[in-house]
Amino acid sequence: MSLLEIKNLHASVNGNEILKGIDLTVNPGEVHSIMGPNGSGKSTLAQVLARRESYQVTGGSVSFAGKDLLERKPEDAACEGLFMAFQYPVEIPGISNAYFLRAALNALRKYRGEDEMDAMDFLPLLREKMRMLEMDERFLNRPVNEGFSGGEKKRNEIVQMAVLEPRLAVLDETDSGLDIDALKIVAKGVNAMRSKDRAMVLVTHYQRLLDYIVPDFVHVLVNGRIVKSGGPELALELEQKGYSWTERELAGARR
Amino acid sequence: MITEIQVPEKYLEIFEQSESRTGGQPRWLRSLRQDAFARFSDVGFPTTHDEDWRFTNVSAVSGSSFDLAEPASVERKQLEPFGIADFACRLVFVNGLFSKELSTLPSAAKRVKIGSLADQMAQEAASVEPHLGRYLNTDRDAFAALNTAFMEDGVYVAVPADVAVETPIYALFITVPGTSPTMNHPRNLIVAGENSQVTLVEDYVSLGEGTSFSNTATELIAGDNAHVSHYMVVREGTGAYNFSTLRIQQGRSANVATHSLLLGGALIRNNVHPVLAGEGSECLINGLFMANGRQHMDNYMLVEHASPHCDSRQFYNGILNGHSHGVFHGRIIVHKDAQKTDAKQTNRNLLLSDDAQIDTKPQLEIYADDVKCTHGATIGQVDENALFYLRSRGLDEASARHVLLLAFANECLDRMHSPQVREHLERLVNAGLPESAQLAGERSGNAPERNWEEVG
Repeated sequence: MSLLEIKNLHASVNGNEILKGIDLTVNPGEVHSIMGPNGSGKSTLAQVLARRESYQVTGGSVSFAGKDLLERKPEDAACEGLFMAFQYPVEIPGISNAYFLRAALNALRKYRGEDEMDAMDFLPLLREKMRMLEMDERFLNRPVNEGFSGGEKKRNEIVQMAVLEPRLAVLDETDSGLDIDALKIVAKGVNAMRSKDRAMVLVTHYQRLLDYIVPDFVHVLVNGRIVKSGGPELALELEQKGYSWTERELAGARR
Repeated sequence: MITEIQVPEKYLEIFEQSESRTGGQPRWLRSLRQDAFARFSDVGFPTTHDEDWRFTNVSAVSGSSFDLAEPASVERKQLEPFGIADFACRLVFVNGLFSKELSTLPSAAKRVKIGSLADQMAQEAASVEPHLGRYLNTDRDAFAALNTAFMEDGVYVAVPADVAVETPIYALFITVPGTSPTMNHPRNLIVAGENSQVTLVEDYVSLGEGTSFSNTATELIAGDNAHVSHYMVVREGTGAYNFSTLRIQQGRSANVATHSLLLGGALIRNNVHPVLAGEGSECLINGLFMANGRQHMDNYMLVEHASPHCDSRQFYNGILNGHSHGVFHGRIIVHKDAQKTDAKQTNRNLLLSDDAQIDTKPQLEIYADDVKCTHGATIGQVDENALFYLRSRGLDEASARHVLLLAFANECLDRMHSPQVREHLERLVNAGLPESAQLAGERSGNAPERNWEEVG
């Protein structure tokens, strides 16, 4: 059974239709990359999957782990195993990273009927994940994302993913704004998370990320539709020819 | 039309009675009281025409007839709900009067005086005379004048030079409302000598919901290079009016931090008046007020920079729900000679309902020319982005809101230095938050919720 099945998904923001019929199937163990130019609807797709309420679904269906995802609240989607790494992680002064993540992990564990984890057990786990992302321990006690650099915020998202161990991770432009060193660290963290039970959707503007995280499938999103799908070689083709190539091809197909 | 406000004749009657209650007092004290009462009679209760009282109508107090609270008996077990048993040094006042039975005073360090002001005046009035009433402004402030006229008892702390008192001094003021409205006027005096260090908590609570009026005044004198931490907690009952004035006098390089936590009471006025009189002194004025229902909480700051190179920091956060009304009035006066003043003021407010209201007003008066003064105020709702972020990680909406309110409150709690006091106040804040749903990630039980992981 597929993990995520999107059929003819239409979605609007403030009355403007952004997604105009998306079809996508993701199976456990697969890594998909969704590429596209600015304004093509990449981030909208990620936000809809994470169930942000300001994005209205106007048509189509999304099933996640066999259940209707569009019926779910953000917290329920998370508890079912969906994780979105934010393009712009939010700063929350006054709450430490460690406290925040333990509360999140325990919310998930409670949902699954597991015992909550106390700080004694949780901190070694968190430390281990932070080491993997080469984050200094002082970030444990820093308020969530406050005063972090762009790269630190993105790494922190991957730390969260590593702690929460989702079934499906949607990474919304996690590579944007990263220098090459930070990109390698993030890619290392993401690759370490790849497994036969976990699927990932990498939303990205740049092919560069795919040098380090090689996807199984690449989809090109233009103007709210997936116009082309293929293997990793598609990303290279895009790199050489640019998005205008797919746009021209799309126009040709319409003619 | 401006109506003449008549000081109820009742106060004169009560004042005459109280003279007998405070019998045997030294002449200077008697004249201090009489002068204060005369000032009160002249000034009368303020109205909203008075700029300092623009946002707070005191007619509930000025129009009521209060009797002086009678001594009441309180059992030790009645103190349990207030959760202060872990504090080693506790002074308990019932209706403004010291209760020796309920208090726990560890044998204080050498020459340190911790106890009741009334006892101190009875035993050694000469030690009190140079300080009591010296700094509190009774000329313009009717409530301070009223307090001085009626003062009987309160906390007395005197720390000699070079002594650090490590244990926080916890003063619990219990109001026991009677069948008719009562008032009490606690008066506290803290004298911290040169290079000394001390921490004091004032906590105002009620046993019952009847109408009462607590009109308190604290004079805090921090000598040169003294470090003083002061905490003010107001969590009285729904029928309580709590008016307080904290007057701080700072010597050279003195460092004072005063933290307010306003949680309960029908009408609260919290006056904080530090004077940075000595060169290089620093003052932190930190506060959190959380109002609900029809509560009214007014914070009036008057920060006076009187010497060069002094720093003051004001941070007040308000969380307002229901039909509550909050006020933050932040006045800073930089006197002519106070060059190199660095004064900062921040007031942030969260409005959780459509009917909650906040009035925030900075007021800067600067008479020196080489100063840095900044002020800022924000009014907003819970951040939807942050809410979504937390929910996307699995926290349900109620828990996510709770976490964000706690985070907002934490900005103030994090400025508190005493871990023991901070933990205690955090517990009070947690219980007082509007949506105090248990955090999804927390165990149930009596253990206090901690929002900071201990990292060894």
